[in-house]
Amino acid sequence: MADITLDRLAKVYPGGVRALHDLDLTVRDGEFFALLGPSGCGKSTLLRTVAGLEAASGGTVRIGARDVTELQPGDRDIAMVFQDYALFPHMTVEENIGYPLKIKKVGRAERAAKARRTAEELGLGHLSERRPGQLSGGQQQRAALARAMACHPQVFLFDEPLSNLDARMRLEARTFLKKLQRELGVTTVFVTHDQAEALAMADRLAVMEGGELRQVGTPTEVFRRPASTFVASFIGSTPMNLLPGRVTGDGTVRVAGGELPVPDEAAPLAEAGEEVVYGIRPEYLSWSDSAADGAVSGTVSVVENLGSAQLVTLEPEDGSSVQVVVPEEHEPAPGTRGWAAPRADRALLYRDGDLLAARAEAGTAAAPLS
Amino acid sequence: MRTPANPAAALLRGVGVYLLVALTLAFFALPMLWLASAPFDKHPGITVSLPDFTLANFERLWNNPNAVDSLASSLILAGGSAVLVVGLSALAAYALSRVHIRGRDGLLYALLLLSSIVTGTAAMVPIFLLAAELDLVDSYLGVVLVLTGGLLPAAIFILKDFMDTTPRSYEESARVFGASPLRVMKDIVVPVVRPGLATVGVWTVAQVWGNFLIPFLLLRSPDKSPAAVVMYTFYTEGGQPDLALISTFSLLYSLPVVLMFLFVSRRYGFRFHGGIKA
Repeated sequence: MADITLDRLAKVYPGGVRALHDLDLTVRDGEFFALLGPSGCGKSTLLRTVAGLEAASGGTVRIGARDVTELQPGDRDIAMVFQDYALFPHMTVEENIGYPLKIKKVGRAERAAKARRTAEELGLGHLSERRPGQLSGGQQQRAALARAMACHPQVFLFDEPLSNLDARMRLEARTFLKKLQRELGVTTVFVTHDQAEALAMADRLAVMEGGELRQVGTPTEVFRRPASTFVASFIGSTPMNLLPGRVTGDGTVRVAGGELPVPDEAAPLAEAGEEVVYGIRPEYLSWSDSAADGAVSGTVSVVENLGSAQLVTLEPEDGSSVQVVVPEEHEPAPGTRGWAAPRADRALLYRDGDLLAARAEAGTAAAPLS
Repeated sequence: MRTPANPAAALLRGVGVYLLVALTLAFFALPMLWLASAPFDKHPGITVSLPDFTLANFERLWNNPNAVDSLASSLILAGGSAVLVVGLSALAAYALSRVHIRGRDGLLYALLLLSSIVTGTAAMVPIFLLAAELDLVDSYLGVVLVLTGGLLPAAIFILKDFMDTTPRSYEESARVFGASPLRVMKDIVVPVVRPGLATVGVWTVAQVWGNFLIPFLLLRSPDKSPAAVVMYTFYTEGGQPDLALISTFSLLYSLPVVLMFLFVSRRYGFRFHGGIKA
């Protein structure tokens, strides 16, 4: 077991593309940690640099007490599961699982026993003589996990572990992975572009953009208090409403034709007259059919059914649009008028893209923007 | 389906088509039939006929001083070239597939184009002079090197396709588990591209087995000549081609290659890539 410490880690590809900008990050011992971001943000490069498949251009990678920056991947005591699982097609499941042990010169009998035991643990016992081509996607994933587990590494690295599964399998595998990680207690870093996956599985996550960390925190912190408008728009299955507004003198913000109270934590910092962005998630707006104070009003233009609720798009007079999650007991019809009032403790103010907050909660501070 | 107006015309057309097919088939099958019948005929001619059965031709061939030795020579040349071509092209194709250098594809196509000159007639004189300078005339090594040089570009071209279709994650996965580059090559890359290696090996053997010009030029002593060259010496005292010997030897000469094709195809299966066929 070990933690992972990155100190000013940089990666510049030949040709001058900077994939990672002097990153500082600590993944704690036993943690399930997600690297989240849009494609090209450097999350895979970061994972591959920790694995040693890419050489760092600057900074250090430490696993536990060891500086592994200059070590070969095989000497880092890690195991990696690739997006395509990378099971060797010419070996059976058992041979695949035993391969890391073969490299470590474990004897044939012990290797086979160990491989079979690991396969049993993951419910692959009856498949050990099959070849990867004869397995389903979910079984292949388990075989790849078993192979990673068999050599008892200090750290697991998963590259997009769920992206090759179909939608239903993905939910199952998500629960399975989280449970497995908890049972094994091995420090695990995984890469994903799917925010729902990161929120659901990770103990903590880092949101990346353009080779930099935008925010590091628990899923709850990142979901409730995104440190920047980029994180706010990236996290959440329905994107956060980000409404341009202006702070008035009497503790309110003029937004979308309405006046909303300035959130408490932003009050000491917001100056009258300045331009801000008011952020509120559709889930934290409460719906009303009649006029209400501290609410924005508009005409219902679209109603999308989410199953147990509806996503209503409201169009205020000033031409903006606000999305509201409306519980099933209300059924607003398109064309009618509606009011949406924010939940005071969930509203956020952004100035120049950064969260305006008097107190920074531990772990939610954004990496400095450069 | 269109129903013809006249059944008689349809019948006639059917007969015509089959006749054409039969004639075409016969045209291509005749040489094979000759190869199957002539060696067992007391007096083989250049036409196909039911043989006047005998095994005497095989006995005569056995007693010919060069015939049996030449098959051994052919084996040495083909085997040596196959080992060199497969080994070198595998390493080159792997490197070319994994490392990106400028002008890589141009280089490959240029080599492919020029390779036909190396083993062809165009470069005969310089190659002979070069071999003479290097003291490689009349040695198996010289022939093997020249043939290998000529076959390598096409082999690299075929194998690079196989390497390209092998996911890089296989190798990276093995590396993370601590495998050295040679170990990765041995445990992962070679087994995965084995059909490609088999294809190139068989193709090399077939090419060398049938090559006349290079061994004819570079091997001076008759006891080193491979089968393709020795066949050229089977004449009667009267200067006529000795059809009995030629046909018998042809049969023995083609058998190893046919057997090898069957064996390798059953063992590995053939896959041809990049529009190249043997």
